[in-house]
Amino acid sequence: MGFLTGLFWFVAVIAACMAAGWLFRTIAIAVTPKGVKKELRTAPLTASFGMMVIIIYIIVAVFAPLIAPFPERMVVGPEYMPWDETHLLGTDNLGRDMLSRLIFGARNTVGIAFATTALAFLIGSILGLLAATVGGWLDQALSRMVDVLMAIPALIFSLLLLTIFGTSVITLIIVIAVIDSTRVFRLARSVALNIVVMDYIEAAKLRGEGLWRLITREILPNAMAPLVAEFGLRFCFVFLAISALSFLGLGLQPPMADWGSMVKENATLIAFGDITPLLPAVAIALLTVSVNFVVDWQLHRASGLKE
Amino acid sequence: MTEQNNGKPVLLTMKGLRIEGRSDETWSEIVHGIDLTLHKGEVLGLIGESGAGKSTVGLAAMGFTRDGCRISGGEIVFDGIDLMKASEATKRNLRGKRIAYVAQSAAASFNPAHKLMDQYCEAPVQHGVMGRNEAEGDAVDLYRRMQLPDPDNIGFRYPHQVSGGQLQRAMTAMAMACRPDLIIFDEPTTALDVTTQIEVLAAIRNIVEQFDTAAIYITHDLAVVAQMADRIKVLLKGDEVEEADTRSMLSTPKEDYTKSLWAVRSHARAEQPPVAADKTPVVSVKNITAGYGAVDVLMNVNFDIHERRTVAVVGESGSGKSTTARVITGLLPPRQGEILFDGKVLPPDYRRRTRDQLRQAQMIYQMADTALNPKLRIRELIGRPAQMYLGLQGKALTDRIRNLLDLIELEPDDYIDRLPAELSGGQKQRIGIARALAAEPKFIICDEVTSALDQLVAEGILKLLDKLQTEFDLAYMFITHDLATVKAIADEVVVMKEGRVIEQGPKSEMFRPPHDPYTELLLSSVPEMDPDWLTDLLRERESG
Repeated sequence: MGFLTGLFWFVAVIAACMAAGWLFRTIAIAVTPKGVKKELRTAPLTASFGMMVIIIYIIVAVFAPLIAPFPERMVVGPEYMPWDETHLLGTDNLGRDMLSRLIFGARNTVGIAFATTALAFLIGSILGLLAATVGGWLDQALSRMVDVLMAIPALIFSLLLLTIFGTSVITLIIVIAVIDSTRVFRLARSVALNIVVMDYIEAAKLRGEGLWRLITREILPNAMAPLVAEFGLRFCFVFLAISALSFLGLGLQPPMADWGSMVKENATLIAFGDITPLLPAVAIALLTVSVNFVVDWQLHRASGLKE
Repeated sequence: MTEQNNGKPVLLTMKGLRIEGRSDETWSEIVHGIDLTLHKGEVLGLIGESGAGKSTVGLAAMGFTRDGCRISGGEIVFDGIDLMKASEATKRNLRGKRIAYVAQSAAASFNPAHKLMDQYCEAPVQHGVMGRNEAEGDAVDLYRRMQLPDPDNIGFRYPHQVSGGQLQRAMTAMAMACRPDLIIFDEPTTALDVTTQIEVLAAIRNIVEQFDTAAIYITHDLAVVAQMADRIKVLLKGDEVEEADTRSMLSTPKEDYTKSLWAVRSHARAEQPPVAADKTPVVSVKNITAGYGAVDVLMNVNFDIHERRTVAVVGESGSGKSTTARVITGLLPPRQGEILFDGKVLPPDYRRRTRDQLRQAQMIYQMADTALNPKLRIRELIGRPAQMYLGLQGKALTDRIRNLLDLIELEPDDYIDRLPAELSGGQKQRIGIARALAAEPKFIICDEVTSALDQLVAEGILKLLDKLQTEFDLAYMFITHDLATVKAIADEVVVMKEGRVIEQGPKSEMFRPPHDPYTELLLSSVPEMDPDWLTDLLRERESG
């Protein structure tokens, strides 16, 4: 019977998610301008659901102080309080409001992950496109440098660097961005290598176009589809990396609310059968899955257009 | 049906065949009710432009459609078997055994991981027609009949170890393996050089006659179909235009569309007066030797191109035509020799040339698909050179773009904001021309600009280039392997082979004997519209 009930709840949750996705898509199509409308119609339910979740996360992150019932760092009651009316999700190991910290955590974790991914892409794609376009010794120098960086396991390497440079938010962003930019570099370079052999690049070179224009107008627009897809995936990896580092104590430092460290701080409760400490983990999982839904849809569209 | 059939029984009939293709989630009809009758031992030529439905109809003769297509109506009866109702097992048993298919690109259709012989034996052994040893003996026999070199051992090579023409013949031999009643040839010689094409055509015709096999021969080349087919059916956008036996079709076509197809090869550029001896050529190639790595691809190449003149550079693939273009544009600095432009030496590397030097020499590419950035709109594609070289901005730039679109005969309002993907092949090539014109050059290199296009569309492009030449006093270097194009557009011809210039001179001299033996071979290999041409030529070559 327990299995059947579980199955029932599982199916019910999936159905509810899909219904929410459908509802979101219908509303979105109604309110958006014409061009976007046409694209939204092609979105499957999974992608609509993903977009909905991402938008909710963004709203929560931006308006965290307005939505959260209590401040991020205030001790509001005894430790490990159960769920009740004032503290909807109870309190944590220091007596701070769990729901409020979850909401502020969205702001910190998602915001920092986004900044890191953006920086990683800025560094990685510019250098990657440059290496592919210029070629020769520059390509060799950059590629070998990237090989060396990639030879060291990412988590160990970031632990090492964070230990050396300290654990401020800025260092965290720079360290993870540099490590992740090596992956972006490889992708951007290999995509661009296929583009630079096209006749239109030869035509642009013969026209006398400068390097900057060649990269931004001729190569980048054609490399966008794989880079956008990679951005989505990379965002998830960075997000998980930050949470993992926080869990290990080298990421965001207390008392800043962060989903990774929230799991760690309240891990004791798991032993008592309370699911509260797992909620931040669920928040991470939900966002990761949603981002991937949207990326899948975009990838499908990009590959479909090529036919 | 009133065609001559020499009293032979009917092999294949199609009645009211309709085929639908799927695009953007909806089915649309691409073949609108085609009737077709084929008798035993007869060769039917299917011709039409791309998109006419030739290949789709050809494949339907096997009861097969490509992915995303379906047969929506009509009937297909092969030797009494209704292919529309037949089970997959029945059809599978027919395919390869009684109906065979020869694809356009043998190089892409052979499995590169297996030897020719293994691939040959697969069908007869699978279908239980003969045992492995018997099949191998049979293969050698067929290879010999197909006039492949060293027939005893060629089967033990891998596909990459034989040439394109040989592969195409090996594939035809493979199709004959089970002695099918019907073979479908889908543009088997389109990807080959003219000199190789002859050998393949002769071999195919020979073997089809010997075994009295019926065939459907699909092509867009009229002269080729004239050699191969007993009867010709002309298709246009999935409809039949007309059908008649080859001779009457060639001499007295009834429909306007067929006449226009026949007239394509009639375009010829008016004879130009000889160039004054003291005139400086626009481009002059002097003693160029160039190559990649240690290998010389070009050896001591010399020729001049004058204002308002077209120089056609002809030769087989690998003869160094395109390399010459790369040397002139500065992409490949030569080892020796120099390029003069208006009498002044150009820097060998394009990166050292001034913007004005770059502007003066423009290039039009063979594949318009890869020559236009797919993410840029036409406004930017052709506006960029005008903006860069002539400094046009804002309204002046827009006016210039519209003016260019008018020149290439595309409606400005309709096309200015389109992406390349929203254009047909011929329109893309026109945009390529407009991009070259936008720089207001004196000299344009046309690299096989018409070889990827249908004949009617190619004709339009050639006429356009001709018109623009007189209007803007342009000099053209026209790279091609198609001698019909040379006849249509050139003033002077340069024949190249293995990196050397074999013969050069005015067009009128080039098409008049005596020739260099290689030029002779090239010239005589161009198929003509006369159905007896191949027979006569082969007889002549044998006796000669």
